[in-house]
Amino acid sequence: MATPTARPAQLEPRERDTAAQLTVEDRRELLRYMLLMRATEERALGLYRQGKVPGSHYDGRGQEAVSVGSAFALSPRDRACILHRDLGAHLIRGVTPGRVLAQMMGRVGGVTNGRDGNMHFGDPGLGCVGMVSMLPDMAPVACGLALAFQMRREPRVAMTWFGDGSTANGQWHEAMNVAGVRRLPIVFILENNQYAYSTPNELEFAVDPVERAATYGFAGVKVDGNDVEAVFQAAAEACDRARVGGGPTLIQAETMRMHGHGAHDDMSYVPPELFEHWAARDPIETFEKRLGEEGLETESLHKAVAETLERETEWALACPMPDPATAAEGVFATEDPVLGDGHAPWSRWSGRAATDA
Amino acid sequence: MPELTYLEAITDGLREEMRHDESVFCLGQDIGNFGGAFKVTEGLAAEFGRDRVWDTPLAESAIVGAAVGAAVEGMRPIAEMQFSDFIACGFDQLVNVAAKMHYRQGLAVPMVMRLPSGGGFSGGPFHSQNPEAWFLQAPGLKVVAPSTPEDAKGLMASAVRDPNPVLYMEHKHLYRRLRGEVADGRYETPLSQVRVAREGSELTVIAYGAMVHTALEATEDLDGAGIEVVDLRTLCPLDTEGILASVRKTSKVVVLHEATRSCGIGAEVCALIAEEAFEDLDGPVVRVTAPDVPIPFSPPLERAVLPQVDQVRDACRELLGY
Ligand SMILES: Cc1ncc(C[n+]2csc(CCOP(=O)(O)OP(=O)(O)O)c2C)c(N)n1
Ligand SMILES: [Mg+2]
Repeated sequence: MATPTARPAQLEPRERDTAAQLTVEDRRELLRYMLLMRATEERALGLYRQGKVPGSHYDGRGQEAVSVGSAFALSPRDRACILHRDLGAHLIRGVTPGRVLAQMMGRVGGVTNGRDGNMHFGDPGLGCVGMVSMLPDMAPVACGLALAFQMRREPRVAMTWFGDGSTANGQWHEAMNVAGVRRLPIVFILENNQYAYSTPNELEFAVDPVERAATYGFAGVKVDGNDVEAVFQAAAEACDRARVGGGPTLIQAETMRMHGHGAHDDMSYVPPELFEHWAARDPIETFEKRLGEEGLETESLHKAVAETLERETEWALACPMPDPATAAEGVFATEDPVLGDGHAPWSRWSGRAATDA
Repeated sequence: MPELTYLEAITDGLREEMRHDESVFCLGQDIGNFGGAFKVTEGLAAEFGRDRVWDTPLAESAIVGAAVGAAVEGMRPIAEMQFSDFIACGFDQLVNVAAKMHYRQGLAVPMVMRLPSGGGFSGGPFHSQNPEAWFLQAPGLKVVAPSTPEDAKGLMASAVRDPNPVLYMEHKHLYRRLRGEVADGRYETPLSQVRVAREGSELTVIAYGAMVHTALEATEDLDGAGIEVVDLRTLCPLDTEGILASVRKTSKVVVLHEATRSCGIGAEVCALIAEEAFEDLDGPVVRVTAPDVPIPFSPPLERAVLPQVDQVRDACRELLGY
C-alpha cells in the first residue's frame, strides 16, 4: 500500500543539461521558420482580401521571434497548446503552410477540416492541443498535460502561450497557482504585445505580470521578445528546469503586435511613435542582420520560403470545401485519444530516440 | 452479494477503476486524507497515494482544465466538484474546451466529472441544484444520473471507460438513505439505456436520480393501476427507443424530475414523445418538476418547491382518468 505523502512525488532533481547550444544550421532554421511564418500569414491575408477566408483573419506580425524561439526548444515528446499569434510554433511542430491556409479557408485538408477556423487549431498527431477562443483556457489544460507527465515520472514538458490581456483573467491565476503548488513541468510564454485588442498595458494590470511568478513560487523571466535567440535561450532553460523537476517558468516576452487585432482593425489607437519604435526592431530584420554580420548567407532562405509558399498555396486552393452532409459527425468520440509526437528541429534532438525526452 | 449504500457503491466503483487501471486518478477539493465533503473518496488516498487522489486548491476551472489536459495525454481523470452547484465556476472548461474537443480536432477527452447534486436537506440555493440540463446545450458531453447502488457502481465504470467527458450526477439525498445489492468486482452498466424500475401497462412515469424512488413510492399502490416506472439513467444521449417503447405500451406519460421546469430534461423527453409517439398517446404528457425558482433554504419552503410523492400521485390519477 502506498504511503500517503503531503506533497505529490517529484522527479529527482539531476544535473541540468549544458546551456542550450545552437549550431549554425539551427540559427538558419530559426530564421527560416520566422520567414515561413511571415510569408504564410501574408499569403493568408491576401486570401482574406480576396474573400477566400471567411470570418476574420488574425496574425502574429512582429511577434515571429516569440513563437519560433520558444517552440524551437521543444523535444518531440513535449506537448504544446499554441495560441493565436503563434503560427511559428505550429510550423515548427510540423504543420505545413498549406494545411494552415486550408484551415483558414475552411477547407478539408485544413487542420480541423473546416470544423474550426483561423488560428483555432492544433494537430493532435503532432502533440498539440488546439486552442479555444476563451482566454486563457489552454493554461489550465496545459497544466493537465504537465500533470500527466509528472504522475508518470516522464521527463517531458508542456508549453503554452498567451497574451498580456489573458493575465487579467481568473483562469490565468488558477493555472499559475496550480502549476506552482504541484511544481508542474510547464513553461508559460507570455507575449506582451502591449495591447489586448485596443486596451493598452496600463489599463490591464498594475504590476508587471512577470513579477507575479515569484508569488506563485516559480521563476519569472523577462526577455526581448523580438530577439529570437534570447527567447530560445530562456525557453530552453525553462524546459530543462521543468524536465528535471524544477517546476514551472513564466517567460514574459516583450514585443509588439504590428498588425491590428484582426484584419478588420486599423489600430488607430496605437500612437505612431510606439509603432515606429517597434518597426525599427523587426525580429526578422534584426536577426538576419546579425547573421549577415557573422558572414552567414541567408538570401537562399527567402527564395526557398517563397517557393514553398507557392506550392503550398496551390495545394490549399485545390482542397475541397467540406461536405455539408458531414456537419453532424464526430460530436462524440468512439476511440481513446492519441497525441502523437511533434517535429523537433533543434539539433539537440536530432538523432535521439523520441523517448529520450 | 454485499449490500452497500449508494455512497459506498460509488466509492467501490472508484476503487475498482483505480485498481483496474493505473491511469485512473481522482482530483478535487478535500478528497485526499479527508475523504471528500461527503466521504465518497474515503480510504482512496490511503490505498492509492495522494498523487492519485489529489487535494486540489479551490479552483474549479483549474480542476476541470487539468482533467481535460491529463485526459488527452492518456490519463483517465475523475474530477469531483464539492457540490454540483460549483460546476458553474468551471463551466467554461467543460462546455468550451472539453465538449468541443473531439468535434473540432478529433481528440477524445475521456474524463469523468462527479457532481453531487440535489436537495432535500436545507442546502439552500447554492448546495441543492440539479444542473444536468445546462449541459444538454453543449454537444459533446454525456450525462448520467444513477438511482440505485448497483447502477451507481456500474455507471461509474462505464463513465470511466467511455472516451468522452461524462458528467456523473450523484444524488446527495440517496448517499446514505439507499441500500442495495452490489456485485463485487468490475462491471459496467451500459450508457444510454433506460432501466424499467417497475413494469406496468396503464401509465409510465419517467424519472431519474432520486425521483425514481419518489415515483416508485407514489405509484406503489395507486388504486390498483399498473404503473410503469422508467429510470432514464443516462440523460445524454437519451435512450430514445427505450423511452418510446414504454410510451407505446402505456400511452400515458408523467415525466418527473427534481430540477427546475423550463427546458429541463423533462421538456426534452416531452418533445421527443410529441414528435415520435403522438399517435400512441391517450392523454397529454404531464410534467412534475420543481418550479422555476432557486431552491430555498427553510424546510417548509424547500418542501414546497421539490416534487413530493402526493404531487406525483395526483398527476397520475388525473392522467389515468383520461
Ligand atoms: C475570456 C475571453 N474574453 C474575451 C475574448 C475576446 N478577445 C479575443 S482576443 C482578445 C484580446 C486578447 O489580448 P491578449 O491576451 O493580450 O492577446 P493578443 O491578442 O494581444 O495576442 C479579446 C478581448 C476572449 N477571446 N476570451
Ligand atoms: Mg496582447
